[in-house]
This record gives sequence, C-alpha cells and structure tokens, in this order.
Amino acid sequence: MSDLAIVSSSPHAHSGSSVRRIMLDVIIALVPALLVSVYFFGWDALRLTLACVITCLAAEALSRKAMGRNLGIDDLSAVITGMLLAFNLPPTLPTWMAVVGSVFAIVICKQLFGGIGYNPFNPALAGRVMLLISFPVFMTRWSEWTLPSPLAMDAVTSATPLGLVKTTIGSTGALPFTFDGTTMLQLFVGNQNGCIGEVSAAALLLGGIYLLVRRCITWHIPVAYLATVAVFSGILWMHHPQQNLPPHFHLLSGGLMLGALFMATDMVTSPVTKRGMLVFGVGCGILTMLIRKWGGYPEGVSFAILLMNAITPLINRATRPRVFGAPKGGKKQS
Amino acid sequence: MGFIKAKFNAPGGVHPAYHKDLAAEQPIAEMPLSASLVVSMSQHLGKPAAPTVKKGDSVLRGQVIGEAAGFISAAVHAPTSGTVKLVADVATAAGPRATAITIEPDGEDTWVEGITPCPDWHQQDKKEIVEKIAAAGITGMGGAGFPTHVKVSPPPDSEIDTLILNGAECEPYLTADYRLMLEKATEIWQGALIIAKALDAKTIYVAIEDNKPQAIAAMQEALPAEVGDAQVVALKTEYPQGAEKQQIFAVTGREVPAGGLPLNVGIVVENVGTTLAVWDAVVNGRPLTERVTTVTGGPVAKPGNVLARIGTSCADMVEFCGGTEGPVAKIISGGPMMGFAQADMSGPTTKTTSGLLLLDPTSVHAYESMPCISCGRCVGVCPMNLMPNELSQFLEAEDYETAEAYNVMDCIECGCCAFECPAHRPLVQHMRRGKAQVMLNRRKQAS
Repeated sequence: MSDLAIVSSSPHAHSGSSVRRIMLDVIIALVPALLVSVYFFGWDALRLTLACVITCLAAEALSRKAMGRNLGIDDLSAVITGMLLAFNLPPTLPTWMAVVGSVFAIVICKQLFGGIGYNPFNPALAGRVMLLISFPVFMTRWSEWTLPSPLAMDAVTSATPLGLVKTTIGSTGALPFTFDGTTMLQLFVGNQNGCIGEVSAAALLLGGIYLLVRRCITWHIPVAYLATVAVFSGILWMHHPQQNLPPHFHLLSGGLMLGALFMATDMVTSPVTKRGMLVFGVGCGILTMLIRKWGGYPEGVSFAILLMNAITPLINRATRPRVFGAPKGGKKQS
Repeated sequence: MGFIKAKFNAPGGVHPAYHKDLAAEQPIAEMPLSASLVVSMSQHLGKPAAPTVKKGDSVLRGQVIGEAAGFISAAVHAPTSGTVKLVADVATAAGPRATAITIEPDGEDTWVEGITPCPDWHQQDKKEIVEKIAAAGITGMGGAGFPTHVKVSPPPDSEIDTLILNGAECEPYLTADYRLMLEKATEIWQGALIIAKALDAKTIYVAIEDNKPQAIAAMQEALPAEVGDAQVVALKTEYPQGAEKQQIFAVTGREVPAGGLPLNVGIVVENVGTTLAVWDAVVNGRPLTERVTTVTGGPVAKPGNVLARIGTSCADMVEFCGGTEGPVAKIISGGPMMGFAQADMSGPTTKTTSGLLLLDPTSVHAYESMPCISCGRCVGVCPMNLMPNELSQFLEAEDYETAEAYNVMDCIECGCCAFECPAHRPLVQHMRRGKAQVMLNRRKQAS
C-alpha cells in the first residue's frame, strides 16, 4: 500500500508561515532594544533578561509536563514573554523578583488558561503589574540620569521623565523642565530613566518596522495607539502649555513605544479584525493618557493595554466584518 | 480600444507561488485514444445522468450514453466509438461513488449520425441555442461543473445585461485556459456572442489576471468587429480572482447577495473553456467529448496542456507527458488550492478536470495544528469576509447552529484561510465539513 499517494483535503499549498517563525521574528525585532538597553544599563539589563527568559522557558516546560500536555516550548512564545517582562522592569530589580514575575506570567496568566492562544491577558504585562502591586518600592526605584534641558540646568534625577513631571506638577504646579530638541534627542535614543527595554524609541521603532515588513503586525494598532496619544496630549498641551508637555514628549517617554509596537500588538490578546484593531489602539491611547494625566501612577501603558485585552472579545464581536454580499448597513448577523 | 483594468477588488485573497511557467509555453497537444475510457455519469453539479447503454453495446462518438436526469443535470456522450465493456460504480475524483461506463475504443473514432454543422449560428434563435447546449451536455469547465444550459436559460423574471467570460485561471500551476485564450481566441469570442444572444446580454467582459499579458493581448486582438459593448478586463493577480462572486465584483462592482446567484445582479459568468465548448456545440454541432487539461507538477517529465477525451485515465495522461521523474507524493485532480487529492492515477478525467497536478515529497508537508493564536490573518484573507478563526472553533465543538448563524454557508471553500494559517489549523476543512453537516441538518428538519 506504500505506493499510494497522500490524500488530504485541499488546499495542497501553504504560505509557509508558522507560529514559531512569527515568534522568532518578534525576538529578532526585540534585539535592537536589548542592545541599547545593555549599552545604557550594562549588566543589569542582561541579568534581568536572562533571568526572565530562562524562568519563562522552565516554567512553561514544567507546567506543560505537570498538566500532561504534549506541546513543548519550541514555539518560542515563552522567550518573548520573558524578554517583554524583563523589558518592563527597572534595572535595579533583584533577580528573584524577576523570577517570581516570570513564573506568575507563564503559569498563572498563560498555562492555567490553556497555554498559547488561550490567555486573555498579555502574560508579560500581567507579570509586570503583579510585581508593581506587590513590590511598589523596588518596581519604581530608578538609576540616576542627567536632564540636559535648560530649565533643569543639567539636573541629576532618579525619577523617570513621566514620574518627574507628575510629582513636580503635583507639588509646584509647574513643569520640571522644558522639552527642547536636546531632551527630545536624548529620549529618542534612549538616554533616560525607565524600564530597561522601554527607553529607546529609536531601537523599538527599528524593531517595529521589521515586524511590519515581516507582516507579523499590521499598522492598525500601533498607529491608532500612537496617534490617539498624540492627539489627546496635543489637545491638553494647546489648552494649557504650562501644565502639560507636548505630544512628542508623550510619544517618546515611558513605555509607550514598547507598548504600542510590541505589547498591544500581541496577536493572542488583541482583536482579529482591522476595525477592531483600530478601536483597540484608540482605546489603549485614551486609557494611557487618562492615567498619565489624572491617574495615581505616572505611567499607564500596562494598565491601558490590560484593560483593552479584557474587552478584546467584545471588540471582535462588535467589529465583525460585513459578509461579502450581505445587505449594507443592515443587520450583520442573524 | 485597449483593455481596461478592473476598477474594484474583492475582499481578501492570497498570493501563492504560481508555478505557471512549467506548462504555460506548451501548446495544446492532442493525445491519442487510450485503450479504455471510463466515463462517469456524475461529471456535473446536480443529479447524475441516467445510463442509456448496457454492457456489450456498440457506441459511436457523440452518442448519448447518459441522459440528463432532471432539471439540474447534464447529458453524457460517448467520447469515441467502441464497445461498452462495463457499467459499474466507481469513485469520482471528489470521493463519492457514481456509475461509470467503460468503453473500449474501436480505433475508428466514428461520429454518431446527425452531427450537423451550422457555420452561421446567427440563424438560430435563443431557444435553439439553449437546446443545442443542453444536447451537447456542456457543464461549467472551470471546476464546479454547473450545467450550462441551466445557466443560459435564466428564469423569465430575471434580466441579464452582462456576460463575463472567466479567464482568470487563478489556481496555481494551471494553464489550460491560458492556452485556449492564446490559441482559440476567435472561437471563444464567437462562443461568447452565442451565449450573449441566448441571454440577451448587451455587455461582454473577458476577465483575465494581469499576470497573463499574452492572453489579454490575444483576446483583445480577436475582439470581433460585430460585437457592441465588449471589453477585456485585466484583474489584479490574486487568488481567488476566478471565484464567481469575487470576479463579478472586481469587474462590475456589483455584489451578489449572500446566498444568491449571479443572475440576481443581472450577470452570468462562463469559463472560457465552457464558452469554447458552446461554440463547438452550436457551430459544429458537436457534443462535449474532450477537454484541455494541464498535466503539470515537479515529477511530470514534460508538463503540458493536453487535449484528451473525457474518461482518459490520469495514468495515460501522465504517460503522454513523458511519465514521471522521481517520487510522487500527491496526485491532485485540479489545482493545489481547491483540487482533489487522489490515492492513485487510475481515476478518469471528467468535463471539469482542468488540471492534473503531481507534487514531489518536498512540496508536500504534513503539519501538526496548533491552537489559534488569533493573528487574524484568516479574517484578512477571506474573500467572503468571514471569520474562519471562530467558525472553525464552533465547528470543532460541533456547534453547527452557531456556525450557521455566523454565515458558514457563505464560505466558498477557496482555502485562503488554511493556506495562510501560521498555526496550520485545518480551517477550510472544518468549514467544508460544517457546511455538509448544516445541509444534512436542514434536510432532516425538512423531512
């Protein structure tokens, strides 16, 4: 019988894409940010990234084994969770905390929900938020950096730009520094305080472009997200320039670039329809700005994306495309 | 007047590797009669034809050996003269079994009496044209095999203003329609005029993908002087531009209502091969007894476009193309996107066999499917704007009611979703099974 040909249902061709290849592309896209991070934060960046990646892989393998599931870790998704979690940690965080966050992300947020494809929340973000709530002091302890802006007169601070703005406006009612070209360039290349992987907008954009070219993401979520933040902050800035920093400051500071390009675009936890992606991006942008402007935390990217993750199924439902040939403007579904 | 570019583009679509170069430059070659021809009674959509001959009967080429059994059915003719050796059930390319008549050719290839050419078809009225098409047993030769005489006799209350000739041939590897357009452009145009007359259609479009500039030029050049409103339309090269509803939209901007037919928007689409068969039937009086099939794929020694009698075995066709070189992992009747895999090459060709594709082991992959990662690619490529990701999950859970509510019945089974899926989920396969089950449930409820 061995000379019979293989019989299967069509199609008999495949695009050649695979989950593993997509994950590999995301890892490749994260490399520039990792290199910049090592440049600015040195050993700490490498230490946290390695701790998170190794823990995530081990946690994934062990929990799959414990649950008697057949899938291994070779889809590489745990590597991305580890890298993204590490990128969302401050450089001085103790290693054991990074390990705890990784275990939480993989075991609680991913594997207990059913593993790859079934997690409602981005595991790396959920891990970060768990650490932020559990260890608020360690999670907001930053290294020192110099602000070259004229108002600050090359002040040395150990706050993040967003944190500095929030505390100074809260206590003095005025902005701590002006946002000029020098500061902008500094923030763009990544010479600022923050989590190890979020500081360099330049490196993150490079990775984002790679993801777009490789069709791992579409433009919808990042563009909708960044544009919403720009418009929202622009309105605030024009309304009251003494109390608000301009849109380009908001785009280049905090975890926005990392969030918009790598976290909000996580396939599993974001909508599948193009219109849904736009809604998702706009929602992330509004929530981020609400938290940055009026929330208790200086930064709101993690919370914004997690909240939008929660309503992703509803967005998918609401943005179901009109079936080709179905009446226009009429009822979409029976 | 040059050709025009399609103004519209239907949703979705994919870009598989085309591999058309294997056979595109090979002129149509007529192959000699096989030692045995197996003619299926189920070569069309609808009820199988009823056999009219029995074992031992002598038949002549063009003689009816199966009568149309109902309104949506088509007659079947003897592809050559000879003796009926067997009337028995055999598996069709798609799987289900149907009666087939095995004919041993006598080598004389004698035509049945009563084949009367009618070079000036203009003398024939609409009714005569439709009757001739029905008598010739013509069915859609692009793939589905819908009886053509039914298509060209729309209900009296529907008004058809446009005829589209489908020369897209969007399936990878296949070049049979391409060769027909290059070699038989004049005849195809005459066939189009005949069909347009039967339909009272004022406008004729020939839709061809823009990766076939030579076919576009050939059809443009052969545009007859007498034709009024006719145009060659270049479609963007994208699978599935040959799908009826998507092509109608690309060419005219009209959307066939979900669950409806092209005639609901005043359009009939005919494959170029079918149109040629109509010309042959009306002008030469000859029933459909042969067709062009692309025999191609890596293991085929000399890929080509073969004019063969209906009922020729796949093995004979491959033999005519120099046999095989190297191992064959898959044998596909049709193209790689929607064709039917065959276990061996014993099966016969039918009126709908547009291609015979052999794939070597390196082009055949077995995948283990993973959970859906919600990348949304299937949603993006679906030409019907369905959401194959969730439909497949409903169907996996055997929730046919929900799948039906979410429009599984609108799926055209093009396979774009499964082609694109990085998790290698059998998306279109789920839909195919789901559609069949929904039909079964509907029938159960009706009875």
